[in-house]
Amino acid sequence: MSNLVILPIIIPFIIGAVLIIFAKHHRLQRVISGFTAVGMLILTIYLAFLVYQDGNIVLEASNWPAPFGIVLVADMLATLMLLLTSIISTACLFFAFQTVSSDREKFYFYPFFFFLIVGVNGAFLTGDIFNLFVFFEVMLLSSYALIVHGGTKYQLRESFKYVIINVFASALFVVAVAWLYSVTGTLNMAHISQRVAELEQTGVINVIAILFFIVFASKGALFPLYFWLPRSYYGPPAAIAALFGGLLTKVGIYAIIRVFTLIFYHEPTFTHKGIIVTIAGFTMVLGVLGAVSQFDFKRILSYHIISQVGYMVMGLGIFTPLAVAGAVYYIVHHMIVKTALFLFAGATERITGTTDLRKMGGLIKTHPVLAWLFFISAISLAGIPPFSGFFSKFPIILAGFQEGQHVISGIALLVGLLTLFSMMKIFSYAFWGKQKHTSEQAKTPIGKLLLPIVPLVALTIILGIAAEPIFQYSLLVSEQIMDPSIYIESVLKE
Amino acid sequence: MEVLMSVVIGIIFSVSIYLFLSKSIIRVILGSLLISHGVHLLLITMSGLQRGGPPLLGLEAEAYTDPLPQALVLTAIVISFGVTAFLLVMAYRTFKEHKTDNLEELRGSADE
Repeated sequence: MSNLVILPIIIPFIIGAVLIIFAKHHRLQRVISGFTAVGMLILTIYLAFLVYQDGNIVLEASNWPAPFGIVLVADMLATLMLLLTSIISTACLFFAFQTVSSDREKFYFYPFFFFLIVGVNGAFLTGDIFNLFVFFEVMLLSSYALIVHGGTKYQLRESFKYVIINVFASALFVVAVAWLYSVTGTLNMAHISQRVAELEQTGVINVIAILFFIVFASKGALFPLYFWLPRSYYGPPAAIAALFGGLLTKVGIYAIIRVFTLIFYHEPTFTHKGIIVTIAGFTMVLGVLGAVSQFDFKRILSYHIISQVGYMVMGLGIFTPLAVAGAVYYIVHHMIVKTALFLFAGATERITGTTDLRKMGGLIKTHPVLAWLFFISAISLAGIPPFSGFFSKFPIILAGFQEGQHVISGIALLVGLLTLFSMMKIFSYAFWGKQKHTSEQAKTPIGKLLLPIVPLVALTIILGIAAEPIFQYSLLVSEQIMDPSIYIESVLKE
Repeated sequence: MEVLMSVVIGIIFSVSIYLFLSKSIIRVILGSLLISHGVHLLLITMSGLQRGGPPLLGLEAEAYTDPLPQALVLTAIVISFGVTAFLLVMAYRTFKEHKTDNLEELRGSADE
């Protein structure tokens, strides 16, 4: 039964390899990848349900017992992330069918897409810290290839910076793993957690914790290591930008949450309430200020990724079950809504041929459905009830006030206001006002483009209206990850 | 031995940081290559450079070497090799498209 856990890694890997052979057959590629994505969606729903019912599933690779071999651990947080990954990747894939040019398709777009999913799923599932590094690299290498895919001047210039910052962060990752190994003498995360608890988290272990935080912060675009994000996410086509915006930074955030709830949780006043909360505050403020200053659809969305990553980390930093549940809920909300918004940027670009807000206008007259669907996602992102944004920010800010973290909670509220402002800027520039696109452009049919986005918008409405059961689920996830002994027992079976 | 290695690693790190901060693409790539070497040496050194027999069942020896860091370093070398190859190809394409390898000229204009 536990072999089920390896399927989310092995299926996209095999399919990606097979798709290399069929690189020149567009239709076949699309059929295979479409069916795979839907199959993965069903598989991850089943896996999430199974873990919800029966508890953690652990796979010991090649039957090597736990601290010695590599383990794959499917706990509730990991399966939730897997499920979100499949939802987002399916939406992006079906959007890519219609928007990615056939030149790009010919040059291995779909294989890289699936190899990226391999890395992301592996990073969520693995229970071994070095294996986490390997899966990060699998993910990053595919993302390097996807972000320059097409090789336009802009992409080449900005991707170079993206690649270099990630190579440097990966080097630090290995340094952190080496130090952790020399201190604890093990690589299994559950085992490391036990050893760190015995050693007490002082001195060098705190240094290692901060080093891990720096590594994951630069992958997850936290202050002050976010400068690479807005420019590099602007280059690739909308389907890839949506996948990156929805998924990649969240892998870094997942790793922060995993490491700081499972391993380095002994000194919360220093690491969580000190460093993480401070960084979260700066990330939120500077990200949203960047968004306010921009006049480009995709760039505003990219800056919002930064400010919202801050909310998730803030939830972790406050470190009560309520706050962590809020962070989990926020990740769910953010991944879905952000992907939808990036896809909307792609759809409007298809109509107007630009992403510059000053050259757009009056879209609401010619494409009312697009406009109103965008409106729902935009106010959901800003945190207006009854959509998911409100119900995910509410527990984080509430927990902040309960814990006496008034400054950060105040900042979070202010940032919400500025988010609303910049989303309304997009809406009023692009959709209201005088029509700036030609009457021929106005006839562009976008019904097919909207199809992959509609489920995402529906999900944000459902996440808002059915907030109670979903919040209960997030609370379960957070209680499980706040109690590392559950994870340790399921891995080491003591 | 460990102390000597630490000094070597320190030198490699500082040289690679210097290269990272230079303006030529190819130097930056050399920096990334060098930092990966430094990291691999660090990985081997951190677990202690103990000498001994291979840890095989039935092999009697006074001390055994730890095989794990060697496995890790092998994986890390392969990964950094792949990344460097990719970086070189990308740098070549960037040079072909932009006709320059000076990062100062690749900053991008302020209005886009």
